[in-house]
Amino acid sequence: MDNPIIELRGLTKCYGTLKAVDDLNLSIQKGEIFGLLGPNGAGKTTTILMMLGLTDPTSGSVKVCGYNATSNPISVKRKVGYMPDSLGFYDNMTALENLIYIGELNGIPSSEVRERATEMLRLVGLKDDDFNKKTSEYSRGMKQRLGLADVLIKRPDVIILDEPTLGIDPAGVKDFLELIHALSRRQGLTVLLSSHHLHQVQQVCDRVGIFVGGKLLVEGNLDSLSKNLFSDKSYEVQITVQNDTSMVMKHYPELLALEYVQEVMVKEQTIDIVCSWDITPHIVRFFVAKGFNVAGVQKKQYGLDDIYQKYFENNLTEHSQQ
Amino acid sequence: MKNLTASFKIGSIENKSHGSPFWIMVRKEIDSHIRSWRFIILLLLIALTFWGAMYVSMNNIRAAIANISDPDQMFLYLKLLTTTEGTLPPFHVFLNFLGPLLGISLGFDAINSEQQSGTLTRIMAQPVYRDNLLLSKFVSALILISVLFFSLVLLMVGCGILLTGVLIELEEALRILSFTIICVMYIGFWLGLSILLSIRFKQAATSALTAIGIWLFLTVFYQIIVNIIVRALVPTSHQLTQNEILHYNEILLSFLRLAPSQLYTDATNTLLMPSIRSLSPITMEQMAGAIPTPLSFLDSLMIVWPQVSGLIAATVACFASSYYLFMRREIRS
Repeated sequence: MDNPIIELRGLTKCYGTLKAVDDLNLSIQKGEIFGLLGPNGAGKTTTILMMLGLTDPTSGSVKVCGYNATSNPISVKRKVGYMPDSLGFYDNMTALENLIYIGELNGIPSSEVRERATEMLRLVGLKDDDFNKKTSEYSRGMKQRLGLADVLIKRPDVIILDEPTLGIDPAGVKDFLELIHALSRRQGLTVLLSSHHLHQVQQVCDRVGIFVGGKLLVEGNLDSLSKNLFSDKSYEVQITVQNDTSMVMKHYPELLALEYVQEVMVKEQTIDIVCSWDITPHIVRFFVAKGFNVAGVQKKQYGLDDIYQKYFENNLTEHSQQ
Repeated sequence: MKNLTASFKIGSIENKSHGSPFWIMVRKEIDSHIRSWRFIILLLLIALTFWGAMYVSMNNIRAAIANISDPDQMFLYLKLLTTTEGTLPPFHVFLNFLGPLLGISLGFDAINSEQQSGTLTRIMAQPVYRDNLLLSKFVSALILISVLFFSLVLLMVGCGILLTGVLIELEEALRILSFTIICVMYIGFWLGLSILLSIRFKQAATSALTAIGIWLFLTVFYQIIVNIIVRALVPTSHQLTQNEILHYNEILLSFLRLAPSQLYTDATNTLLMPSIRSLSPITMEQMAGAIPTPLSFLDSLMIVWPQVSGLIAATVACFASSYYLFMRREIRS
């Protein structure tokens, strides 16, 4: 825990008067899959470019794999694979040639490079027939896979993927994310993933950071994020019954008297119970014992969507108050 | 500067095991140029021009060599390059127009097409220095052009030997060699300019149009404008002494020489026609006693040296500004 592989300290980038990234502090451990989450224009790509030394920060420092990315970008780029959001390949070359070129630029000896490129293309799940196709004939999903091969061929310690799921169909996204997850686990890769698609990030990331307006609003794993945010109503159970409202109202005081229950809201046949501890089984047993016909029980869990929404709201209200 | 020296160091170390990134990039650039339609069309155009010029001069070579009053009549191969009968200009004059076209078309989309297609970010994320990309674009096109011109000229010499049976002399070989080098440098200037424009403008079409605009301005309008200005400022010539006329002429020429095409014309004319003694007007006193004989190669070279350094300086200036623009610029597309 003491030796993070990516460390950002007080990172700031200004474009004229616009602060694209504002005093960012972040550390990512080795082997972690970190999701950088934020709406368009939040400064995610700028942050990534600074990590690779492709853009100079206005102030603050970036350390990746122990190297300062601003003063020593070449060493960083040897260790880090980066997949940009707008992937482009040389259209007049085949996929294999494109990959071999990148491999050679990374100093892989020419005797090995073809073999390694083929191995990478197989690893990311491209078919052998496609290797010698021009990349102009590739579909978006295939290009994305080729992009991943392109990142992996240098055997990086860290891979940075900028919006990797942009423009692929849902099935493709699932495959792609599973592939990244598996690779990360198998090879101990550290993955930094930027996205504005919450559900996708939720699927694979160990930890997420929410990034709005150049600021990292919060970071942590999903559990701790939702605990922080929804501490006042940490668990919510929604129960649907097939009985009259009057029968519900009759038992209302008893329900409220249950341990941990904080609030009960009745709306026709659905009852929302807010409690400070997860007592769903207890509540169901209660209803059954009272002779209710329980038609449905739904435990509300806070996903990234809610977290995101909540943070966004908070941020907006803060701004409007100012 | 520190980066540059470091890049050379790394280059030399990696060269021993497996090519440095720079030469890999150059190889790839040459590869994609050669396979492109653009280059094939240009190649055909240049080859056709060369063949046409040679055909005309081959037909007239007998007359040119037989002309005793011409001090250059002994230089068979230089005559091959310069003789014409008036229907078609000689090759080096043709090249004054075609050279810029060649340079511009090889460089106008060097950087902006990479940025548009998104390959620039991907390449920059590899462990290579940013200037290597710029340099590789320039060097690869220059290598192509050099190979093209050297092979054309060698073909010409070879055909000449086969057809006439006259062996080439050292003097001629040196002149033709330096002519070729100046051609490559002239095209190099336009290449540098078009690479600069390809960094400045995001659209390839804009940068191509601007480059062609500059080319047209320098070859057509610049001379007209300079002439108009000079005519407006200089008093009518019959009031001037001979010395004053010379002086004004000198000024006019120096302004004209700001255009690279003028530098190129001066340099190639002097090298290919050994009897040219000076590029500025000469008075009768200076000419008095001079025998109309060809100059030696070194003397001709001395005359064109300012032109050559001017061309090199212009190329370096273009390239330096390319560096300045490119090193600081955001690479995201």
